[in-house]
Amino acid sequence: MPLFKNGATLPANLSGSLGRSVLDVLQELGGIFLFFVRGFVSIFRYPFQITRSVRQLFFIGAKSVFLIAVVGLFTGMVLSLQGYYSLAKFGSEGVLGGVVALSLIRELGPVLTAIMITARAGSAMSAEIGIMRITEQVDALFTMGVDPVRYLVSPRIVAAIISFPLLTALFDAIGILGGYITGVGLLKINSGIFLAQMDYLVILQDSVNGFYKSLAFGLLVVTICCYQGFYVHTREGGHGAKGVSLATTTAVVYSCVGVLIADYVLTSILM
Amino acid sequence: MRTPLIEFRKVSKRFGDKVVLDRVDLSIYAGEVTTLIGRSGEGKSVTLKLIIGLIRPDSGDILYRGKSISLMNRAERERFRREVSFMFQSNALFDSLTVRENIALPLREGSKAKESTIRERVDHKMHVMDLVGTEDKYPSQISGGMQKRVALARAIVTDPDTVLFDEPTTGLDPVRKNSVLGMITSNQRDYGFTAVLVSHDVPDVFYISNRIVVLEQGRVIFQGAPQDLEQRDHPVLQEYVSSQEILRNEIYGLQSAKWLERTFSKLREDPEKRDAFLVMISLPEYHIIKEQMGHLMVDMMLGSMAKIFYRVSKSGDACKVARYREDRIVCLCEPDAWNEEPDEVLRGVALEFDSMDFCSAGMRERQAVFSVRGGWDRIGSELSLSQLVQEIERKEMLLGSVSCRSGG
Repeated sequence: MPLFKNGATLPANLSGSLGRSVLDVLQELGGIFLFFVRGFVSIFRYPFQITRSVRQLFFIGAKSVFLIAVVGLFTGMVLSLQGYYSLAKFGSEGVLGGVVALSLIRELGPVLTAIMITARAGSAMSAEIGIMRITEQVDALFTMGVDPVRYLVSPRIVAAIISFPLLTALFDAIGILGGYITGVGLLKINSGIFLAQMDYLVILQDSVNGFYKSLAFGLLVVTICCYQGFYVHTREGGHGAKGVSLATTTAVVYSCVGVLIADYVLTSILM
Repeated sequence: MRTPLIEFRKVSKRFGDKVVLDRVDLSIYAGEVTTLIGRSGEGKSVTLKLIIGLIRPDSGDILYRGKSISLMNRAERERFRREVSFMFQSNALFDSLTVRENIALPLREGSKAKESTIRERVDHKMHVMDLVGTEDKYPSQISGGMQKRVALARAIVTDPDTVLFDEPTTGLDPVRKNSVLGMITSNQRDYGFTAVLVSHDVPDVFYISNRIVVLEQGRVIFQGAPQDLEQRDHPVLQEYVSSQEILRNEIYGLQSAKWLERTFSKLREDPEKRDAFLVMISLPEYHIIKEQMGHLMVDMMLGSMAKIFYRVSKSGDACKVARYREDRIVCLCEPDAWNEEPDEVLRGVALEFDSMDFCSAGMRERQAVFSVRGGWDRIGSELSLSQLVQEIERKEMLLGSVSCRSGG
């Protein structure tokens, strides 16, 4: 006996809705990818958005320095504490410097930096573009013959390409400093051993991998956040201010989840 | 035959279930001011957005200089954007840019002009739009009228060939409204500029427009010269032509001619309502009253008569009074609207007219008496409204008079 009004049985309905959901997700992902390609290609179109790119660099990069420094410092310190506790069980406290540095450079630096920038700048990007969309400012650009993607998205992509790796490097450096302060200053590990192990365990490829990751995360975050704001008017279940608030929330959630998934994929590839 | 600059061919657009434009054919000619008028929600702004490409038609084609906009290649589309500018109803100013930056944006982003040239042109437009002193303010720091003028300055700063104005005068004071309309006219005269306006400023826009397009229920019901619009005997078109009179009618509780036409048709189709009747009251000396005492006095007289009809009917909904032509009102009544026969009611109403004095103190010395005529008939099922009115006109009688008495 059919369970649903349309005569379909439970498995048929489930597979139908599952199929629709998968198609929706694929469509969304395709849309985001094409949006990124459009924004990236527009970087090289005249007139170049130099002033706007510098402004975005200041907003995404310079204004995030303090936040990244604080988060990096405490991440390094707690990593050092936890690392010492674990390593002490095997009598290997000496490699703490290397463990802290490797964890930060290969993994925590790019991931936490991306998540912190998402929270601070990504949400603002999404809200700003979303408000511009609902107040017809994006349409106004279009009617003036100005490509809204080139004007709004390309400078943010440029800023992300420059600022994410730099901020990640800052995070790593201050994190290692935090680890050093805890390890050497509090836990009394020999300073020379701490630095020597770091020098011995960390190779250039680790830093290069971390750089690739930060670059990828930057492009991912900025694309998702701009996309959510840019298409705020097409989303169901929220218009106007409510739509912008939903877009901002979605942008942050998708960016964070996206960063973690991308981290796994990139780690598998770069390992 | 002239080739239109912009042409709609069977263009349809719907949003959900709502059909906004239904197979619309429309022509806009170069060097003319074309004004789109119609009620709110009739698709006027949608028409402008379809032209500029912000939305796409569901079916049909839009041509610019004879070329389909949807088939334009990149270079042609860029040229089209340079030639056509748009002013939004909501202004759509960039709220994080100053007034000067807002006006300069189309030049900075869309041209290779030098900064000094941009500055000069922006200053000129700001001067023309009376915006001097607001250069460094943000849109949120200036009034709604000023925001409108900034939007207008931004739309014309590139000296486009064609400008689409979506309600350019809404929210402006009368002096500035006239200056905006004057600016559109002078640009059109001096530079051969083509303007497409959406406006509710009827009849003001008739004076500046070469062409009027009336949209009603998703269709273009008129396109042509304003003079032709005034001569068309179409109830909806007449509503626009005499929109100020309609406002006055509403103040005096009178329905429109269009409403009368609609209600009459409905009653005629209902077998139970064919015994309903139509009573007509006219002022034969209408033009003399208007000339001597002004149109407001005529409106007041007809309005007072309407009130009497409302008062003597059994319930407020049993009778409705409409202004049929400028000199007469028509009362459409349910079959059992009154306890007495219509002839007796008309005589009673006429007696009340006799006892009224419409003169103000300044008019006492004029001492005038004006006749009131009237008649009635059942609506039946055969005659149209105009035929029935002619029938009543043939047998209408002198009911009494309205007067302006000395020392009254």
